[in-house]
Amino acid sequence: MVGFQHYLALSGILFGLGFYTALSKRNAIVVLMGIEVMFNAVNVAVVAIAKYLLPFSLAGSVASGGEPAYQFLLTGQVFAIFVIAVAAAEVALGLGIVLAIYRARETVDVSQFTLMKE
Amino acid sequence: MIPAGAETSAMFNLAWWLLAIETVFAAILVIRLRDIFKAALALVAFFLGVVGLFVLLNAEFLAAVQLLIYVGAISILLVFTILLTRDVQGGNTSSRFRGLAMVPVLFLVSVVIFVATTTDWPLLQEAALLPPVQEKVAEVFGNSAPWIGGLLVREFVLPFEAVSLLLVAALVGAIALAREP
Repeated sequence: MVGFQHYLALSGILFGLGFYTALSKRNAIVVLMGIEVMFNAVNVAVVAIAKYLLPFSLAGSVASGGEPAYQFLLTGQVFAIFVIAVAAAEVALGLGIVLAIYRARETVDVSQFTLMKE
Repeated sequence: MIPAGAETSAMFNLAWWLLAIETVFAAILVIRLRDIFKAALALVAFFLGVVGLFVLLNAEFLAAVQLLIYVGAISILLVFTILLTRDVQGGNTSSRFRGLAMVPVLFLVSVVIFVATTTDWPLLQEAALLPPVQEKVAEVFGNSAPWIGGLLVREFVLPFEAVSLLLVAALVGAIALAREP
């Protein structure tokens, strides 16, 4: 039966694949694609945490008998929304930088990006 | 919404395993395909698999957001940039750190899997919740969009505004970088 551990393991494997893409590729656009894979893997993990784990607010209120703070059940999904927004900003800016360097150097090979050394 | 108790059904397990294999396979294709354009299409397949995983996780609103922003916007932006640069066929080459990069990746993945399988997680379904609390929990996950909206404008209003500012700054910066000098 599929449970929380399965989601975390899948998320770890996907993060590893994205990490490998970002570390081992020459093309700057493919490096950005690897970073997107990593963002998505983290999103899967936080949404799985929101679904499967007991939030502190709920556990505390059950013990004390007060009205539980139900909205914190969805904290992980709100985190995922922030991650998606930051990823959108990152990819727009990253591709803008790649295009600017491509215009100056005629290449998108990250090992040729040596503007700071010259 | 996924009905309660469906997580134990064979259909749910089959859907999960199909989506897991599809996402991992698409992520491997992003690494293996030589043509950058085809690698971007594999990335779209990966994003669609994550949409399916969100649906299985009772996060329908996030699935819609993922479909609109990743499959709709970010992949188009990537394809657009790929077509503006050259050496598209055969451009997806590895650097000389290909072997060395395996070391931190394998370390990270093994640590994540070890922690995921050995930690004693405080699971929601194993918690001794009262029946009215359980009903309310099911209602929150069944109708999540208004609750997410409430969280964004109450508890998380400061990060929400900070992200708005970040998006505006990043998009203005992207326009300033990408336009003709």
